[in-house]
Amino acid sequence: MPEALYQIRGLTKRYGTRTVLEDLDFDIYRGECLVILGRSGSGKSVTLRQLNGLEKPEAGSVELDGTDLTRLSERELFPIRRRIAMLFQGGALFDSMNVFDNVAFPLREHTEKPEAEIAETVRHKLSQVRLKDKDVEPKMPSDLSGGMKKRVALARSLALDPEVVLFDEPTTGLDPITSATIGKLMSSIQKDLGVTSVVVTHDIPLARRVGDRIALLADGRFCFLGSWAEAEDSNDPRLRDFLAGREEDEENAA
Amino acid sequence: MKPRDIAARTGDLGILTARAFLAMIAPPYEIGEWVRQMEQIGVRSLGVAGITTIFTGMVLALQTALSLPTLGIKYYIGSVVSKSLVRELGPVLTALIVGGRIGAGMTAEIGTMKVTEQIDALRSMAADPVKKLVAPKLVATLVMLPALTVIGDALGILGGLIVATGTLNLTPGLYLNDVWDTLKLGDVFSGVAKSFFFAYFIAIIGCHNGLHTTGGADGVGRATTNTVVLAAILVLVSDFFLTKLFYILFST
Repeated sequence: MPEALYQIRGLTKRYGTRTVLEDLDFDIYRGECLVILGRSGSGKSVTLRQLNGLEKPEAGSVELDGTDLTRLSERELFPIRRRIAMLFQGGALFDSMNVFDNVAFPLREHTEKPEAEIAETVRHKLSQVRLKDKDVEPKMPSDLSGGMKKRVALARSLALDPEVVLFDEPTTGLDPITSATIGKLMSSIQKDLGVTSVVVTHDIPLARRVGDRIALLADGRFCFLGSWAEAEDSNDPRLRDFLAGREEDEENAA
Repeated sequence: MKPRDIAARTGDLGILTARAFLAMIAPPYEIGEWVRQMEQIGVRSLGVAGITTIFTGMVLALQTALSLPTLGIKYYIGSVVSKSLVRELGPVLTALIVGGRIGAGMTAEIGTMKVTEQIDALRSMAADPVKKLVAPKLVATLVMLPALTVIGDALGILGGLIVATGTLNLTPGLYLNDVWDTLKLGDVFSGVAKSFFFAYFIAIIGCHNGLHTTGGADGVGRATTNTVVLAAILVLVSDFFLTKLFYILFST
């Protein structure tokens, strides 16, 4: 049995009267890639945002190496967030800064490195996401394509050599070719850097490429959590429908 | 808005105020960003603030002379223009015009960052959005709005001088002597002190509305409008109470 990095117990999240997550229990193992699947609005991103404390649950605990993140204040979360990088859906690059400054931001914020060393690290991180061209560094985020933004954002999230990377819909809004490139990049980073990653997506090809285990979130709970081999054998109708992309049964529609 | 919402929002503003002032005094200081904001907020508002007060000074001089011609009041135009500008119209009009401009700018900038998850990105990289975004804007507004007010006062008095000499045939000496004789340091102090409070209201509302923006581009628009309206109302209402307060404090 691999070692659990995260232990999530009884996680419950409500918005007003709507319960998004209900009594969710799961572990995330060190070094694995867990893919959380689910339909739009099923609470996938909300789950992800609990893992670095961006949102707090109504009940339950999120333990990282034995530290319960739900009990920490924003300031106490800061040292932990340096170990956890998050890649946002639209990239969330700072649009007042160019590509270079965006990638350098976490380094300037959290290290005392001299500028020359920062520049070297930035170039290295950009090359890790296959952006070696020097022309890209002075560009502003508004001048980049969607796929480029994601890659720069990925470079920024890798800047501090995180232990955990959280991916929020890394391929949404990208064409299939660019999606495949991002997927390839994610699995090579996973392999080379040995990070633990959690990917929230509804992109099945991506999930097949990067996922060690997959979870399907429906009605606030995981209706399936296991390896791909287990998923192929599973009889859960919702998992079967989701993987096959079958339309909703009109009569049973929620 | 329900009373409950108003209470909750006032509480939020209080918390943001405390966090912003703490972030402002705690090192490391983001001096570069403070200067950039001062340029953005102060220097770039100079034109609009100057035009507002210079024409207000001119119209005050004109109205005073034309509406009460029989009383020989034109010899007191310097007093009327300078007292009303320095005590009241300078700080309030500058706060309204500049406040609309910079408050809307703050909400639009921070609100856009909020809806595109840039605020979350800051937090996820263990950077405090209050320290990074709110504190520099608050510092810059607290420094620049009073400065703009003083410059505006001077320009307004100059505007009065232009009308007094140009159309009312007073000598510059007569006008300026009158200004010099009536204007007390207390008048200047009361006006500038007010503008500190106005600066605080504008910055904290602008930033708070930005940080609480939801609902995409539409939401940014709504938040921005709300900032302009709320900042203007707070400036006008607080002006009355501040005037009263300063009168009680400094009348003796």
